[in-house]
Amino acid sequence: MDLTVDWGQVHALLGENGAGKSTLMNVVYGLVRADEGEIVFDGNPVHIGSPQDAIKLGIGMVHQHFMLIPPLTVAENVILGNEIATGAGVVDQARARARVAELSKKYGLEVDPAARVEDLSVGIQQRVEILKALYRGARLLILDEPTAVLTPQEVRGLFDVVHALVKDGAAIIFITHKLAEVIEVADQITVMRRGKVVATTTPKESNQAELARLMVGRSVLLRVEKGEAKPGAVLLALKELSVQDDRHQLAVDNVSLEVRSGEILGIAGVEGNGQNELVEAIAGLRMPRSGTIRLGGRDITHASTHSTLEAGLGFIPADRHRMGIVLELPVADNLVLSRFDRRPFARWIVRAFDAVRDYAAKMIKTFDIRTQGPDQLAGSLSGGNQQKLVVAREIGTQPKVLLASQPTRGVDVGSIEFIHRRLIEERDNGMGVLLVSSELDEVLSLADRVAVVYRGRVVATFEQKEADRDRIGLLMAGAA
Amino acid sequence: MKLDRAMRARLFAAVVLPLVSVLCGFAVASVAVLLTGSDPLAAFTALFQGAFTNERAFPETLVATVPYIFLGLAVALGFKAGLFNIGAEGQFYLGAIFGVLAGTSLHGLPGIVEIPLALAFGMLGGFIWAAVPGLLKARFGAHEVITTIMLNYVAFQLTDFLINKGPMSDPHSTAPRTQFIDPGAQLPVLLADTRLHLGLILAILAVPVVWFLIERTTIGFRIRTVGFSQGAARAAGISVAWTLVITMGISGALAGLAGADEILGVSHYMPASFSVGYGFDSIAVALLARSNPWAILPSAFLFGAMRNGAAFMQLETQVSSDLISIVQAIVIMFVAAPALVRWIFRLREVPVGGIAITQRETAGVTSET
Repeated sequence: MDLTVDWGQVHALLGENGAGKSTLMNVVYGLVRADEGEIVFDGNPVHIGSPQDAIKLGIGMVHQHFMLIPPLTVAENVILGNEIATGAGVVDQARARARVAELSKKYGLEVDPAARVEDLSVGIQQRVEILKALYRGARLLILDEPTAVLTPQEVRGLFDVVHALVKDGAAIIFITHKLAEVIEVADQITVMRRGKVVATTTPKESNQAELARLMVGRSVLLRVEKGEAKPGAVLLALKELSVQDDRHQLAVDNVSLEVRSGEILGIAGVEGNGQNELVEAIAGLRMPRSGTIRLGGRDITHASTHSTLEAGLGFIPADRHRMGIVLELPVADNLVLSRFDRRPFARWIVRAFDAVRDYAAKMIKTFDIRTQGPDQLAGSLSGGNQQKLVVAREIGTQPKVLLASQPTRGVDVGSIEFIHRRLIEERDNGMGVLLVSSELDEVLSLADRVAVVYRGRVVATFEQKEADRDRIGLLMAGAA
Repeated sequence: MKLDRAMRARLFAAVVLPLVSVLCGFAVASVAVLLTGSDPLAAFTALFQGAFTNERAFPETLVATVPYIFLGLAVALGFKAGLFNIGAEGQFYLGAIFGVLAGTSLHGLPGIVEIPLALAFGMLGGFIWAAVPGLLKARFGAHEVITTIMLNYVAFQLTDFLINKGPMSDPHSTAPRTQFIDPGAQLPVLLADTRLHLGLILAILAVPVVWFLIERTTIGFRIRTVGFSQGAARAAGISVAWTLVITMGISGALAGLAGADEILGVSHYMPASFSVGYGFDSIAVALLARSNPWAILPSAFLFGAMRNGAAFMQLETQVSSDLISIVQAIVIMFVAAPALVRWIFRLREVPVGGIAITQRETAGVTSET
């Protein structure tokens, strides 16, 4: 892929999580080595083998998670690694503070150099990170999802700083997946998807709806063959559900949805609009703040994951490596991960390996998992086969409702097709499927009904026939 | 013969790494002996004699090996769930207190009843002492390294309170100690005129039991799954909190069994200085065995031999018995940092599962203490 950034400009790098934005920037900052290709800086090809090389060139990066030392002062954090010392090797606090004050004044980055970092708000800590990069002579500043942790007022302050910097001739790469910000702050926009640049544009030539579409993808997916849905009884019912995220902010706001037997309900939306919290609440991994969840007539609002699965939920988590499978365990063990302790896989507390292996062999065949056998470690399978393993396990329990979160993320085309076919098959057999995907095309081609979420709310619901991709793109961008 | 990568990695982790670690430990210790102006060869010869060839040396080495087996298994089990149970020493004490309690109060029962009861009582003591940190971690996220260390001190002081003119002290003795346990509660001696007792057989039997627990039962599967990936365990409906509590509990029960066994088999009462670091050494035993229950046997034997031989070495060559602490320290260092061994011996890296596990275990220590 190619990317060109000009001096005196804010270049927004837009894409979903996992689109490759951060990886690309880590290459530029010397944290990750590129397999091939070259980086040209200020007209010269450069080799960046480490962050030290990048800093020497004048490249600075502000990571999503700050790299500050909380008990030290602002000035100490800023000069760390480049300390101003007196002749005796003692840090010259007065001069360090003066230098930091001078820098912060120049760019409007108000901050008290003598304050301890741990006493500062997140927004101010971010300023310290930016100061740190500037102090080391950064002229190209990479900001990785800088607004993710900021309040609206802090975002405003950040934008002022960004404008002051580019006015001074610096270049900024602004990584984000928030569309409104891009339109507001960027001079140039590059949209990435699945590791490739899908478009380069400017705020004037584009708009939020178009960017949303570009970000979640044009029809690269295969058309899915499926018949008419024959919806039956309501299996999963969410009523006025509200869920908080880890920072106690409302992530799911008063959502009511129903999934019927024999239908696929798709949730469309740009990532980070409450989908994760919604999924976790249903799966019993996060306690809702208010509202109810009923599964097959049972109230599972406050049920543990164990009871929720018991009540008839199949759960395909979005993060395969962290939650879907145990990389260090064999395929067979992974296939019975939620049922290893009951018959026929165990008697009393003793595991029945023959039963596990027989079952695994059957599932490997049915779900076309390419493996050397049930004893192969799950971590050594390809991504597609790992995902087929998860799908096999969750469908294998014959749940009433299958909760599929990003079921084909990072999976090869063949496996995508296979997984899609299986989801439709299960639907036809009367399962209810709740599909959460940030791939709009996946939702549009699989779902019988589509619910669009924006900022934790369901902003619209469509029957598949009425679902219009442009209209949904607008809704996903918050333009209702 | 050309071994494939996975085999090479496993061989390195299971055999080469521990052997090299032990050899390096002795090498560094020799330098220390040289620096103090003594002869390392003489010191190690005496160590060997004291551990194996002197009269009654070998049975005594086995006597010292017994608690190391139980305690090594206890610590290893914690590692399987990603837990660092540094409290084995305290749980060892609690097991002894509970063992003495049973052994001094259940009069008139036949040994075949009283002995298992007293041992079970010891396990209960250790279980309770370890389940508390497990609960604290599961409920409040309190790190088990901190809480188990703290509970060690509580255990030491509790012992002191109980036996020093306290409720459990022997009224007929001027020394701070408990009464002797019933003769019927004493573990039978295996070899006449030695202290080698039935506990050795129990310890050896504990190895397959723990192995079976870890590898063949649903509880062991929960423990390993939680150790590998708490996220995946949670998503599959495994209760991580329950697993952490139960793992700590079983780990503590094994340590408690060691304590009760030591009372019933060796001392027959509880003295003021009951243990001198058995529980702490057992962390090294488990690390050297890489948490493999079978490997605990040779690992515990090595530590038992060193502990037993050290006294004779000090007597014979005036080299301090603390020398074996140097060996132990170096062993831990090398086992914890396999990259160091590779670097020293220019071995090429084989990045496969087994090795990553040690790194994670040690990462837990360095980042959290």
